[in-house]
Amino acid sequence: MTSETSNVAKPDMIEFKDVHKYYGDYHALRGITATIRAGEFFSLLGPSGCGKTTLLRTIAGFEGISSGVVLIDGKDAAKIPANQRPTNMVFQSYAIFPHLTVEENVGFGLRKDPRSKDDKAKAVAEALAMVGLAGYGKRAAHALSGGQRQRVALARALILKPKVLLLDEPLSALDKKMREQMQVELIRLQRQVGITFILVTHDQEEALVMSDRIAVMFEGQIAQLDDPETLYRRPKSRTVANFIGTMNFLPAKILSESGGKVDVESQGFGRLTLDAEAQVTGEPTATGASIGFRPETLTLLFDGQTAPDRESMATVDEVVYYGDMTYYDVRIDGTEQPMRLSMRNVFGRPVLDIGTRTRVGWSPGALVLFR
Amino acid sequence: MSEPKPGRFWGSEAAAGLGLISPTAIYAILLLAAPLAFVIIASVLTDGYLQIIPKFQLCNYFGECASYKAGADGTLVETQKYLGAWSDPVLFSVMMRSLFVSILVTVATVALAYPMAYFISFNVAPARKGIWLFLITIPFWTSYVIRVFMWNAILGFSGVINSLLIGLNLIDKPLDMTFSIQAMVITLAHSFAPFAILPIYVALEKIDRSFLEAGQDLGENRFTTFLRVTLPLSMPGVVAAVLIVFIPTIGDYVTPKLVGGAKFPMIANVIEILMLKGDNKPLGSAIAVSAMVIVGLISVLFLFLNRRYLRGPK
Repeated sequence: MTSETSNVAKPDMIEFKDVHKYYGDYHALRGITATIRAGEFFSLLGPSGCGKTTLLRTIAGFEGISSGVVLIDGKDAAKIPANQRPTNMVFQSYAIFPHLTVEENVGFGLRKDPRSKDDKAKAVAEALAMVGLAGYGKRAAHALSGGQRQRVALARALILKPKVLLLDEPLSALDKKMREQMQVELIRLQRQVGITFILVTHDQEEALVMSDRIAVMFEGQIAQLDDPETLYRRPKSRTVANFIGTMNFLPAKILSESGGKVDVESQGFGRLTLDAEAQVTGEPTATGASIGFRPETLTLLFDGQTAPDRESMATVDEVVYYGDMTYYDVRIDGTEQPMRLSMRNVFGRPVLDIGTRTRVGWSPGALVLFR
Repeated sequence: MSEPKPGRFWGSEAAAGLGLISPTAIYAILLLAAPLAFVIIASVLTDGYLQIIPKFQLCNYFGECASYKAGADGTLVETQKYLGAWSDPVLFSVMMRSLFVSILVTVATVALAYPMAYFISFNVAPARKGIWLFLITIPFWTSYVIRVFMWNAILGFSGVINSLLIGLNLIDKPLDMTFSIQAMVITLAHSFAPFAILPIYVALEKIDRSFLEAGQDLGENRFTTFLRVTLPLSMPGVVAAVLIVFIPTIGDYVTPKLVGGAKFPMIANVIEILMLKGDNKPLGSAIAVSAMVIVGLISVLFLFLNRRYLRGPK
């Protein structure tokens, strides 16, 4: 499933054309070319220092670019100063003005708004209600909790009805429960207002949960731009695969390629025929080809169960119990390194001990070949 | 280390804290509180010849007072009448002038210090800030009195500015720039500039730069962002600078003497004269206490007015 067909009618909101950015000698952005569509929830995902925040700041106008073009709603951003761009930002620190009250913060951007004082006050109250802070207007900004600050920052940005809302790691300062709650609220809010959201995050799970599309960035370049499912199922490189979730790799050898089929041989899985279109990815590397698969595509088979597709014998190397899930490291016969396997815990099914011999079921269709 | 038991003073954190500040506290009490107490007590006693007569009265503050000396038979003989600190119109005008000059100096100093502090905080690369702050302390390398003399050499009749202007045939007669209130303001503003720059700089440094970006993001240009965000957030530094400049200038007596000449005595000069040459310690003390009360009231008023800026760090 890709969202490309469903999104094709939507116009482009942000367009990067070969954008480069240098800080002195440091090459922070190395030729970014990408398009963000109107109304989508777009994420820039990558480790710290990959340039994702820099890229976001070029949209906001806080960061100039060394070469290339940034178009915002079809207009060259280079000609628009930060305070006139149709974008608003939720800062990582939230940047809630400490000398103002909540409503003064939310209404900060309405100074030049021609509406009457009463209408503006109404708009502020509505914006606060939208983020679940109705009645908090008179509070001092410094008396708010982290989650409340974030809501104020959201209300302050959304009240200006921007074309693009920029979110710079907005959830990183919140605790896990709060973060998960805010993720859902942000998705709901984005659907409600229909504004293009661009989120910067280093948390792959957050990006997968929230985004329509994700650009994975490494070292100033976009390594892959896809919808979450494609990104997870068929990462373009081992680096992307390792950054998004967990992926197991086994060395493999390509035997032959013809007619859209690829014959490979790998340790553990033996000889396989894979679909070139759907299952082969990546560029050839010096380390050679490998077979990759996600932990949940491998299943432990208990007594009486049969594999829907194929099965192999394996030994349990390590057990990590998570409550709802158990992670096992298993060594498939004929392989050296342990593979990560995840099982949902079902009532009545035992958690295996280290050293147990077991059968594992797998399916060639769930494997990905990295050239 | 065992947990401090409730009710036990020794070994508790409070005791450790007191121990830590006690040398400073003793020092402060001896050097500040004791002279202060002396001045306050002296201000309600009676003036004698080269001595203070321990007779309580409030006329040094309000109404008419008299000085005495011991007569041949041991009785006190009145030598001179004078008006109390709040009753003498001359003293009142000197106090007003002192306040006026101090306010002028404070306004000039803070207005000049702010751009400097802003520049160092916002425009100087982080690695160079140290050297800039170091450069700002250069005026302190020479004695204050010497610096005031130097200003005399610059502003004086045959000083640098007059020589230059005459040399360029721009004026025929030297301008009278010394012995004026302007000269005092220029000299004092220069002397106190570093004291004003530092607190403002610290306040500006504490402002998270994302606040400024947020200001622009919300539609304000750099100038309006400054007015709506930077300036209010730096007010604690400005208040500190105002107090640091205002309080010592009102008590300054070197500059009025050297640059202002005898023409414009400030309140501190009057106190000095009364305490030493004038031999009227009770009146001098009363003026000193009055000046202190006025400065204290103004400072408290200022802090109160700016409370809203000081209320919420982060």
